[in-house]
Amino acid sequence: MAVGLPENVFLTKLDVAANWVRSNSLWPMPFATACCGIELMATASSRFDLARFGAEVMRFSPRQCDLLIVAGRVVMKMLPVLQRIWLQMPEPKWCISMGACACSGGVFDTYAVVQGIDRFIPVDLYVPGCPPRPEQLIAGIIELQDRIKKTGTLDGREFVTRTAATGPQPLELDEIRRLREATPVAGLEIFSTPDIKT
Amino acid sequence: MPLQVADTLAPDTPDKEYLWTLNFGPQHPATHTTLRLVLTLDGEKVVNAVPHIGYLHSGFEKLGEHLDFNQYVTIVDRMNYLSPLANEIAWHHAVEKLLGIELTPRCKYIRTIFSELLRIQDHLLNVGTSALDLGAFTAFLYCFTQREKIYDIIELASGQRFHSSYTRVGGVMFDVNDLWVRKVRDFIDGLPKTHDEVHRLLTRNRIFIDRIKGVGVLTKEDAINFSVSGPVARASGVVRDIRKDEPYLCYKDFDFKVICSQNGDCYARYLVRMGEIIESLKIIQQALENIPTGPINVDVDSRVVLPAKPAVYRSIEGLIQHFEVIMPNRGYSAPKDEVYAAVEAPNGELGFYLVSDGTNRAYRARTRPPSFIHFSVFPHMIKGHMLSDVVAVLGSLNIIAAELDR
Amino acid sequence: MIEESTLKQQFGDGIWISEFRDNRRVVVSAEQVHHLLAHLKNQLGFDFLVDITAVDYLEYENSTDRFGVVYCLLNMQTGERLVVKTFVNDPNPSLPTVYSLWRGSDWMEREVYDMFGITFTGHPDLRRILSPDEFSSYPLRKDYPLKGRGERHNFPVITRAES
Ligand code: SF4
Repeated sequence: MAVGLPENVFLTKLDVAANWVRSNSLWPMPFATACCGIELMATASSRFDLARFGAEVMRFSPRQCDLLIVAGRVVMKMLPVLQRIWLQMPEPKWCISMGACACSGGVFDTYAVVQGIDRFIPVDLYVPGCPPRPEQLIAGIIELQDRIKKTGTLDGREFVTRTAATGPQPLELDEIRRLREATPVAGLEIFSTPDIKT
Repeated sequence: MPLQVADTLAPDTPDKEYLWTLNFGPQHPATHTTLRLVLTLDGEKVVNAVPHIGYLHSGFEKLGEHLDFNQYVTIVDRMNYLSPLANEIAWHHAVEKLLGIELTPRCKYIRTIFSELLRIQDHLLNVGTSALDLGAFTAFLYCFTQREKIYDIIELASGQRFHSSYTRVGGVMFDVNDLWVRKVRDFIDGLPKTHDEVHRLLTRNRIFIDRIKGVGVLTKEDAINFSVSGPVARASGVVRDIRKDEPYLCYKDFDFKVICSQNGDCYARYLVRMGEIIESLKIIQQALENIPTGPINVDVDSRVVLPAKPAVYRSIEGLIQHFEVIMPNRGYSAPKDEVYAAVEAPNGELGFYLVSDGTNRAYRARTRPPSFIHFSVFPHMIKGHMLSDVVAVLGSLNIIAAELDR
Repeated sequence: MIEESTLKQQFGDGIWISEFRDNRRVVVSAEQVHHLLAHLKNQLGFDFLVDITAVDYLEYENSTDRFGVVYCLLNMQTGERLVVKTFVNDPNPSLPTVYSLWRGSDWMEREVYDMFGITFTGHPDLRRILSPDEFSSYPLRKDYPLKGRGERHNFPVITRAES
């Protein structure tokens, strides 16, 4: 006798179930440093209302969040803080780099601004624009939700394979060119930060 | 009445073991942006506060030495990002003073309207977020709705809703049209209602008043000694407004009041901002009814502004002039001198100290950022208060990190 | 209005006043600057310090001094503005602090120190303010490149697998 399924029972893979749940309840951690942060605020407030897409529970503690939205430029004094926040977030976690500055340094090709956070922390999705319009950020979040639904796994297997940094490496060709533009002067030691991972 | 620091510190306890240190920021919701405070606390009382800034220092002034006067406007935009256009107006005000350009009447009016719109925008966000930090969420949403309308107005004129880069040396990028005028008119009709609602929500709200009245008092003498300007200074009784004292653009033509208060606490700063919104509305109203017609850019022969597009395409002179302005090595030249020029930005006196070496880019473009100076007063204002007052005082000072650190 | 002749009586001939647009500028030697500022504040009513900044004249045509330090003052009563300027040179560019006159000068002087390396003797807390403490150059000097010397790339990289 074939056992039929009762009407309101679905069969699925555990991965898919987990992805469905995760993607529809992203808790963003707004790492808002500059102007993009104001657009992030606008996205969350009345006119654009991020709540429609299930990602409005902004929590300011990294321990409670699974989506890091880096909105605004990150400068060299701030980068260790950003890395620390990223390390503090519980798995599974994703990172959106919002705005030209976070993606690539934007208009600020200067001594202080990190030329893209993806050189130093992993980034899943880039939202371009200076600043991106709220609609664009919402589109980015929906895109990320789709991606989580399609590629996510219950135990985070898809993350394990990403062993290289997302962005250009510090000594790739364009980087060497950039460094050469800055005339080195002998005797001036380059500043370094303590390794925060230990 | 705030407690005196002396009350909480017995002088004969050398190691002060009972004090503890709290790190606040650099990523904290109440700072809105990136500031860091190291607070020394006695229980919940703040004994000392040491601000650490520079978490958003991105080399604006260095960039200013490498971009020409028109290009740098995209960078100053990003300085006080609550009111980007106000920075542009300040920057080009300084450049035009250096070059000795007198704007056309129409351009002056357009810039005046924009700088007042942006003042409203800045104050709205400040009122909204300072209430948000103290737990009043509704006012924030009301304010943001009106801000979106101003964004629309800016977008209509310049094409970008946020960083518009709208002004140019000797003029503005595009002329405004009737639709724009209608939009501004709609906006000034609609704002008083929101303003009333916010008033009703906050001004006599018991909790709000209890949290901010008498907190963070800055006396008039201190305000002057600490170089404080703008709404913060006016709330302490310093009667100074560059719009009145050194009228620029066309503020001379309008009738408006300078809002001041004597108490110097957070509540006074809130009231001053609310009052200024109404005064700005008045200015916009008067300006809007009187916009003169005529060109928006100064005379085409002056070789500083771009010629009109028809002139470029139809006449050789226009084409040559376009070429001269656009080509980096053929641009106009500025007098070899130095000048300081300031305007009343929403946050206070926003000045630029420009050193020119005779080319079309600044040799040194120093910004006098109001936030930077206001934040340096913060330790003085917070001493002796409770830990929870930190957010109230921070909110009332309206610190913008990008302007603070540049 | 500040008259050149009255200032000359007090401070000798090393002082001169110029004018450009509506700015009045007083140039004075580094030894006399504190004296002059105190005089301006206490006797002539310039009670508001608008700004302190510096300029590096390394690449400026015909310049003889390396750094210019600029004080912008304002008289709150009359609304009169005045720019006081002085020059300092390598090595060890240094000026007396004006913290005792205007407390608002605290952070402005720290910023000038951070960006140009001009020290202010007597300043209560002269530390770097905008750049990190470990930073070793002065970014707004003209011999420091716009894109830095690679400091912005000197951080550990975190990959997804290891975090
Ligand atoms: S991308 Fe543009 S809007 Fe965003 S932080 Fe950078 S400069 Fe500001």
